[in-house]
Amino acid sequence: MFKILEKEVFSPIIKLMVVEAPKVAKSCQAGQFIILRIHEEGERIPLTIADFDRERGTITIVFQEVGKTTVQLGRMEAGDYIKDFVGPLGEATHIEKLGNVLVVGGGVGVAPVHPIARALKEAGNHVIGIIGSRTKDLLFWEDKMRAACSELLVTTDDGSYVRKGFVTDVMKEVIEAKGKENIPLCIAIGPQPMMRACSNLTKEYGIKTIVSLNALMVDGTGMCGCCRVSVGGETKFVCVDGPDFDAHQVDWLELGRRGAYFRAEENKATEHHTCKCGGGK
Amino acid sequence: MTDTPKAKKEIKPTKNPMPAQDPLVRARNFSEVATGYTKEMAVDEAKRCMQCKKEPCRQGCPVEVYIPQFIKLVAEGNFPGAVAKLKEKNALPAVCGRVCPQEAQCEKYCTLGKKYEPVGIGRIERFCADWELNSGVTIPEVAPSTGFKVAVVGSGPAGLTCAADLAKLGHKVTVFEALHVAGGVLMYGIPEFRLPKAVVQAEVENLKKLGVEIEVNSVVGKFSTVDELMEEGGFDAVFIGTGAGLPYFMKIPGENLCGVYSANEFLTRTNLMKAYKFPDWDTPIKIGKKVAVLGGGNVAMDGARTALRLGADESWIVYRRSENELPARHEEVEHAHEEGVKFALLTSPVEIVADENGWVKGMKCIKYELGEPDASGRRSPVAIPGSEYVMDVDTVVVAIGQGPNPLVPRTTKGLECNKKGNIVADPATGATSKPGVYAGGDVVTGAATVILAMGAGKVGARSINEYLNSKKA
Repeated sequence: MFKILEKEVFSPIIKLMVVEAPKVAKSCQAGQFIILRIHEEGERIPLTIADFDRERGTITIVFQEVGKTTVQLGRMEAGDYIKDFVGPLGEATHIEKLGNVLVVGGGVGVAPVHPIARALKEAGNHVIGIIGSRTKDLLFWEDKMRAACSELLVTTDDGSYVRKGFVTDVMKEVIEAKGKENIPLCIAIGPQPMMRACSNLTKEYGIKTIVSLNALMVDGTGMCGCCRVSVGGETKFVCVDGPDFDAHQVDWLELGRRGAYFRAEENKATEHHTCKCGGGK
Repeated sequence: MTDTPKAKKEIKPTKNPMPAQDPLVRARNFSEVATGYTKEMAVDEAKRCMQCKKEPCRQGCPVEVYIPQFIKLVAEGNFPGAVAKLKEKNALPAVCGRVCPQEAQCEKYCTLGKKYEPVGIGRIERFCADWELNSGVTIPEVAPSTGFKVAVVGSGPAGLTCAADLAKLGHKVTVFEALHVAGGVLMYGIPEFRLPKAVVQAEVENLKKLGVEIEVNSVVGKFSTVDELMEEGGFDAVFIGTGAGLPYFMKIPGENLCGVYSANEFLTRTNLMKAYKFPDWDTPIKIGKKVAVLGGGNVAMDGARTALRLGADESWIVYRRSENELPARHEEVEHAHEEGVKFALLTSPVEIVADENGWVKGMKCIKYELGEPDASGRRSPVAIPGSEYVMDVDTVVVAIGQGPNPLVPRTTKGLECNKKGNIVADPATGATSKPGVYAGGDVVTGAATVILAMGAGKVGARSINEYLNSKKA
């Protein structure tokens, strides 16, 4: 059992938890993820590590409530216990000194991109951070990202905070201003459509781009292939070969379709849960 | 025993049949197919044993169970004695009694089998284990603590057997398991209807009573490496029993379509995550009306029978050789037939076909015929030109085999592996190229059987014990 030490509510649907998991905290690196199961009848879901504290033995996760498990997790409080919490899983993000690096976080993707930005800056890069969300209320960690990056740009889709526009609009301005040849690497994490849009943009400029793929997973240790994805025409398992991949090599259509395979069941699970709990309480 | 030579002549020629659920009823539920002997049946079957002095049956048992001895005790009605005798050698009798291919092991060598049906050794073993689980477990004696610590990586049949034997010798054993429950393939792979998960967990609990610690949610190679376990964790020796959990795919077009599962995913969702209880349990599984399972081994039979239980109208085994070459146990094939699984033999898929949404709508296959015997004596299948046709299926389960999971080999310095990625270990001792590190089971041999993995765990424990004793000297 893994104790929730702290909980922070960023918005009605985005929440942070600090979980006591010393074994994971001891060896995790930026870019890796954990899998958790909240109770005995629960499913295993992957969440990227948003922060860690080796001395305290804690892992920070940030999640968006999108279905039954995340909604149930969101109702848990500090002092509650998560049944299973395993990691670190996946390969760490490759960190090296390259010069300017564009680090883009969309929506809840700001959380996983944060430790990567920090590690890139610590490695001596000039990290240009761009974070964006649909609307002001869904934006979080502006302060932490400002500290983790060399400079930070913020946008909202609806213009309710700082400026109106997608992260790709800001990326385009930055690339034009700095010159594409001065940006050797871009890292983009967020919802699939956002990562795909970032990928399409940087492909035009020929800027190498790494994305962290969020495929469906079961075990997360390479034993089932549920998370498989075509990258450069080859089948890869996101859980062990990734989650980071070259965005320009990813078969986005296939990834999107596989991700939606259980949509009907996901809705059924949420409904079933809502009736059992009497209206989502 | 009071048997006289005269009594022996009256030996029943056939085994007491195993009570089982009706095939057409069981094909739609997840309850255990075989329901087990009653006391009377077990005693009656045990009396068929001739108590041969040479004990030929024992040479067929990879974990060296004292077969005639425990059977004699059953015949006398001494069930506690029989269980104790059985458990001197076998840490997981309820599992072995159910899933061992006895026809190729102990029962193959039974003297009675030369003229009649062999003694139902597996069925009697299962009876004993179940009797104990129902009537309270006695814990075998454990030697005084030696002060040595051993790490066992993986809690499948190899790791659990190794852990039990080492604990009985007085070593402190910690088992590291990547998943959230112990048992390996016994929990995620073999279906509930062949091996109830409650039975596996009861046997795991028995091991804990020996002092074995099991740390679930612990992926060795990720949270810690084998080297770190030895250098920082204070472990004096390590046994690697990580199995063959890496699914192979056919590498044909369409394999990443929605509706294509590896057998591992299909069975893990169903068995470990209990997707058949969805939505009361949270993990979903989705199958269509017509399911094709590719392969002919036990895993394929498990997949095809599971598909029926999940509600498929048709469940097909698609295999490129003929029925005679099916690698699955005869009994499993028979059960599959009885339950209504269909067989497309001498058939192999060449492409999985998609609908406009990227979901499976069919499978292009080619027919085969058997050609000349190859070097191994097996007649190799040859494709018949122009025989392609599209099979009408909407779900495909790939069960063509598994390789060793690379996480531990990849992160352990100085551990020699072969080209297939299996750990190289001496079959007689389990010793690897790395001092103090032993390995056994599927990670060494490639995908094999539960009982062979248990045998390897036993060998590993014996060698580790010798290694530790030599350290002490």
